[in-house]
Amino acid sequence: MVHREPGFPSVLYVDLHLVHEVTSRLAFLTLKHRALRLRRPERTVAFVDHVITTGDRSRRLGTRSAVKLISVLERAAHLHGIRLHGPKSVSQGIVHVAAPELGLTQPGMTIVCGDSHTSTHGALGALAFGVGTTEVGHVLATQCLLARRPKSFEVRFEGRRGAGVAAKDLVLALATRLGAGGGAGHVFEYRGAAARRLTMEERLTVCNMSVEAGARAGMFAPDEVTFEYLAGREGSPRGKAWEAALARWRGLPSDDGVVFDRSVTIDASRLEPMVTWGTRPGMAIPIRDTVPDPAREGDAARRRAMEKALRYMALAPGERLLGQPLDAVFLGSCTNSRLSDLRAAARVLDGRKVNEGVRMLVVPGSRRVKADAEAEGLDLVFRRAGAEWREPGCSLCLSLNDDVLDPGQRCLATSNRSFEGRQGRDVRTHLASPETVAASAVAGAVADPRELS
Amino acid sequence: MKPIRIREIQGRVVPLPRDDVDSDQLAPARFLHAQPRGGVVLLHDWRFAADGSARPDSPLDHPVRAGAEILLAGANFGCGSSREHAVWACLDFGLKAIVATSFADIFRANAWRSGLLTVEVDAETHGELLAAVAADPSAEVVISLEELTLTLPGGRRVGFAYEPFARRCLLEGSDALDVLLGHDDAITRWERERSQT
Ligand code: SF4
Repeated sequence: MVHREPGFPSVLYVDLHLVHEVTSRLAFLTLKHRALRLRRPERTVAFVDHVITTGDRSRRLGTRSAVKLISVLERAAHLHGIRLHGPKSVSQGIVHVAAPELGLTQPGMTIVCGDSHTSTHGALGALAFGVGTTEVGHVLATQCLLARRPKSFEVRFEGRRGAGVAAKDLVLALATRLGAGGGAGHVFEYRGAAARRLTMEERLTVCNMSVEAGARAGMFAPDEVTFEYLAGREGSPRGKAWEAALARWRGLPSDDGVVFDRSVTIDASRLEPMVTWGTRPGMAIPIRDTVPDPAREGDAARRRAMEKALRYMALAPGERLLGQPLDAVFLGSCTNSRLSDLRAAARVLDGRKVNEGVRMLVVPGSRRVKADAEAEGLDLVFRRAGAEWREPGCSLCLSLNDDVLDPGQRCLATSNRSFEGRQGRDVRTHLASPETVAASAVAGAVADPRELS
Repeated sequence: MKPIRIREIQGRVVPLPRDDVDSDQLAPARFLHAQPRGGVVLLHDWRFAADGSARPDSPLDHPVRAGAEILLAGANFGCGSSREHAVWACLDFGLKAIVATSFADIFRANAWRSGLLTVEVDAETHGELLAAVAADPSAEVVISLEELTLTLPGGRRVGFAYEPFARRCLLEGSDALDVLLGHDDAITRWERERSQT
């Protein structure tokens, strides 16, 4: 905290500012119009992910407007001297996948990006949250933000997960328990035995979706899992500096005496694979349950939202999700496109075929994930099964590039938002884990991964 | 950039009594490449059919609501993406304020920077306002940022909370970036101290 004044927001220093091609354009223009320089180029790192094609890039990088957005960012990066992981970089990828992978995300840092899923980086014990374009401009110019201290919210995951229950299912259960706005004004801290047992990649999945439960940020206190993940990464300190950093990071965890403003406990041992039935990530049910009935909802606004969601999704109250025929499945996005996600899906798909009626897109989160997966032969498993093995990017998570589905199609996706129109106009999106998506690809319909493996 | 100054807003209300209206609806992704003007982006897919024609069930475009400057929504308005385009789409449509029972954090933080007021009211006030504007589309409300009050069509005044710093900026027409730039020395000091550790 650079500066504090009673009654006013504090001046918060931003240790790492991540930038992508969509929300930064107008912020760079602000710099230009106000004749300001970018204060800390070495603390600013840019990625190209949202609009770039995930198909063949040898001839074009995407639609005409995509190419333009990419070149605007390239020019800005060159002008201001900031590192850009663009189309040619071996580290190109979704900003929230590639930055942790490069070791840029570290415990105790403050990290912002013009993107709500910046919450992902909290998995490493950073305070990380999304901001709008105006604030991107503030950070470019001053490396600081005006911010108030958020309230704290303890999220305890206890118990042992059953087979086939993924990190994604934990966080879908959380979003459903709290509702889309449940965590508003708060930062989640994930605690409890089941939380501690999560691998770093699973923690990234959980933190990614903190924002779907209304919290702007979510974090795990750094521990051995964190340090092991960071050791030897490109951006991690080395030698003496690593020792010093470790000592500092070990001092960070909030001690057990801390009092949280709110708290919720979720018993992981009682969870099942989750699937969303509605147009919110928090509208999820255990995969064998039936779609809820709005008539039983007492609150009028909530009832209307449920009715509208069911209409959009072309589902009826009491209907089963299991067995719903699918047109497409999507394995990707900053929620679930890391190596462990691809492995989990490949385990299910190995030796099986994607159902004829279904298009399966597999979009690794970064060039590095893609290379690592190929080194293990995962690409062959996907290709043999009949899935498309694509280049890294956001892709069908929000269809800002050329990956768009047709109106009326139904898609099961590992991404984080089932909002209306997210994968194309009038496309019906259901969210689930990589295991569930893979099993459903084989079945051609929503399927329980526990029955296949 | 022109300074934004707001003291008071008076206007009619368009009701959208629904929870969780997300920023992907407020400004659909395909308008992020370049945002067209003329009020068409806001809630585009709820208002226009795929062929571009106006949908008769559009929640915003009923003739009796034409020119309304205040949107009345349910809980958790603006959830989802951090895109500021969601706020710009509201302003471009001609809205000056959103009244809701709650707002998503990022939306609220984005809104005031472009001069869109967010007024959070309790369920009772929400119900009363909804009934009043449903009965009489010409009914007006007054939102005073100076007094932090919302005056309902029947004359009842309720207070609302607003981030004090945002309120000061909007009343004075000052800009948060200027405030930050004013801390330049403190920021430099902070950077110097930290680089020594
Ligand atoms: S993958 Fe989806 S959620 Fe993640 S950064 Fe890209 S668009 Fe946003």
